[in-house]
Amino acid sequence: MSISRRGFLGGTGVVAGVAAGSATARAGGGMDRFMGYPDAMGLLHDTTLCVGCRSCEVACAKVNGKPKPAGPLHDKSIFGKMRRVTDKLYTVVNRYVKARGNKPAVYRKHQCMHCQEPCCASVCFVKAFTKTPEGPVLYDPSVCVGCRYCVNVCPYYALGYEYENAFNPTVQRCTMCYERIKKGDQPGCAEACPMGAIVYGKREDLLRLARQRIAKFPDRYVDQIFGEHEYGGTSWLTLAGVSFDKLGLPVNASHKPLPELTSGFLSVVPLVITIYPGLLLGFYAWTKRKERLADQAREAAAAEARAAAEEAGAAKAAHQKKLAESRQKKAVDLAVKKALAQADREREAAKAAAAEEETP
Amino acid sequence: MSESAATAAVKRPLLTPFNIIAGLILAAGVAVGIYRFAVGLAPSTNLDHLNPWGLWIGFDVMTGVALAAGGFTISSAVYLFGLKEYQPLVRPAILTGFLGYFLVVLGLLVDLGQPWRLPYPFVVQAGPTSALFEIALCVALYLGTLFVEFTPAAFEWLGWRRWRRLVHSMTIALTIFGLILSTMHQSTLGAMYLITPDRLHPLWYSAHIPVHFFVSAVIAGLSMVIFESALSHRVFADKVEITHEKLDSLTIGLAKAACVALGVYLAIKVVAISLDNEWALLFTPYGHWYLFEILGFVVLPMIGYAIGFRERRPTLIRVSAVITVVGIVLNRLNVSIFAYNWRLPSHERYWPHPYEIIVTVALVTFAVVAFKWIAGRMPILHEHPDYRGEH
Repeated sequence: MSISRRGFLGGTGVVAGVAAGSATARAGGGMDRFMGYPDAMGLLHDTTLCVGCRSCEVACAKVNGKPKPAGPLHDKSIFGKMRRVTDKLYTVVNRYVKARGNKPAVYRKHQCMHCQEPCCASVCFVKAFTKTPEGPVLYDPSVCVGCRYCVNVCPYYALGYEYENAFNPTVQRCTMCYERIKKGDQPGCAEACPMGAIVYGKREDLLRLARQRIAKFPDRYVDQIFGEHEYGGTSWLTLAGVSFDKLGLPVNASHKPLPELTSGFLSVVPLVITIYPGLLLGFYAWTKRKERLADQAREAAAAEARAAAEEAGAAKAAHQKKLAESRQKKAVDLAVKKALAQADREREAAKAAAAEEETP
Repeated sequence: MSESAATAAVKRPLLTPFNIIAGLILAAGVAVGIYRFAVGLAPSTNLDHLNPWGLWIGFDVMTGVALAAGGFTISSAVYLFGLKEYQPLVRPAILTGFLGYFLVVLGLLVDLGQPWRLPYPFVVQAGPTSALFEIALCVALYLGTLFVEFTPAAFEWLGWRRWRRLVHSMTIALTIFGLILSTMHQSTLGAMYLITPDRLHPLWYSAHIPVHFFVSAVIAGLSMVIFESALSHRVFADKVEITHEKLDSLTIGLAKAACVALGVYLAIKVVAISLDNEWALLFTPYGHWYLFEILGFVVLPMIGYAIGFRERRPTLIRVSAVITVVGIVLNRLNVSIFAYNWRLPSHERYWPHPYEIIVTVALVTFAVVAFKWIAGRMPILHEHPDYRGEH
């Protein structure tokens, strides 16, 4: 299946219990382009032939057991308002350009385009959609959870949902009449078209036919087959005499399938699972280490301060001792000096006394 | 929690204005919920085939997940990056995150067509190519992770010491697991829009949208923590452990982080516009709306945070936080609703049905009531006296 390339966890084998390796990953790099199943069928809608009779709408409703489309078919006033595909209207014809002078009005039939690489299939988290080798994109209502992501992303607004169904709502859309084409019949709309504006056949053959028409009537057609490459290509191909943006189609659509825009991101996601634990444990270890180093530094500083304090204390003691000693010495010296002076004075006094005694 | 506090909880009057209003809102929400399941989505919502995702996805899921990002932001900062002073904010952030994700799941259940099949991607058939598959897996695991991260508070309240010790010993592993899961699903919520370049307006669409979503989720988480802690301090003045001065200083620290994150966000938004050369689009009506979002809810609060941080003005910071949170809501709604399907004519655009609004308001009310009930009983805003300093 084409869209299974590079899904989240696909092909990486991580979290095997959950994803169960259900993504049948194609080549590891996933860079090869899916060009569509060979022999797949398709439909070509030549809008230059469409007259807006809405026979296709009626046939479609009949085949799919849907209510008859609104209004009588000859009543063209219904084209005053753009109608959309709904859960009850798988296909709808709208008038995009009004008739002017001898230029006829331009109508286009809209329905699921049956993309080669469908967005709906890529975004479905229960894989309810499958692109069949025969061409149609099929939907399995038995697994649908009803998230409507498919309805929300379809670039062609081609899916309907049963909002009125309270208990078993499902997605509703064109199936390209899968049951009929498997039996070899044509899809209902192609069979009903009285103008031959809807041609059913192998997609490759239809592309050839479309190219031939453009080559043969270059004034009648714009040189583009919508659906050949747009968003990776579709099973429905459209020819037109006016630019496709006038027909409500993204004329400048990229040729890259839209699911590729997501697959690149999702392939990176497993790296988060693989890189983060190591990286974060590294951060954690780094933080812890910083804390430890800070603690150590604090301790070392404290020890140093203690040592310095002790040293300073010792020095102070020594200084004081010296000071005391010197003070003591000074005191002793002073005392000695005093004593000597006293002795001197006494000796002087004695000498004087003796002299006095001798003089009389 | 102490005995006296427990008895006080029982004696609290039931018919307060808050309880009456909250009760009425919850009753209305339940009534609409029953109606929605009885009659289906069509009568109860404005959803249609063009607009299959409305308020319940745009707000309840997209915005809810972003606003619940405070849990992983704060717990990673505290436990992995060593910003220990923010410890008192971890438990409220985890609780807010858990309730936020719970609300997300409730909102999703209301929105799904067949909600009883929610486990199908894991038990019936997996669709691993879908961004939604990864989100479903991550949100389921992360809701469980947040629950386990929250349990120590409950175990302390219940007095289950052994269980508390067991969970407490797993803190680092749980935090790493939560950060992995959050990085993945926060960004993948943006990646859901990678596949819609035609339906999402180019100013909001970017190949980098997963990164935009992740960075803005971090901003949302930080701002929600600032906002929620200020609110708790007002409502639970008797229960909070840290002083107002301490909370102010933590708020100022968070403002610095939020300011830098907003700066990074602004830069990557400018890069996205430059890479796709979308400057001309700024002069269209959608461009004005885009500038309103960026200037009003990114640049303005960034300046508010910067001034608040420099001049130490907690009130200015709290105002900036509220503006930022509103901005995240606006951004998620722009991506999922207002700038989505922008090519459709106005009559085909979506506007929420009153019933959708009632359910959303009821879900938010439910989260607020649950926070109030739990924080009023369990050691969320204060440490349990038996386990003081044990983090």
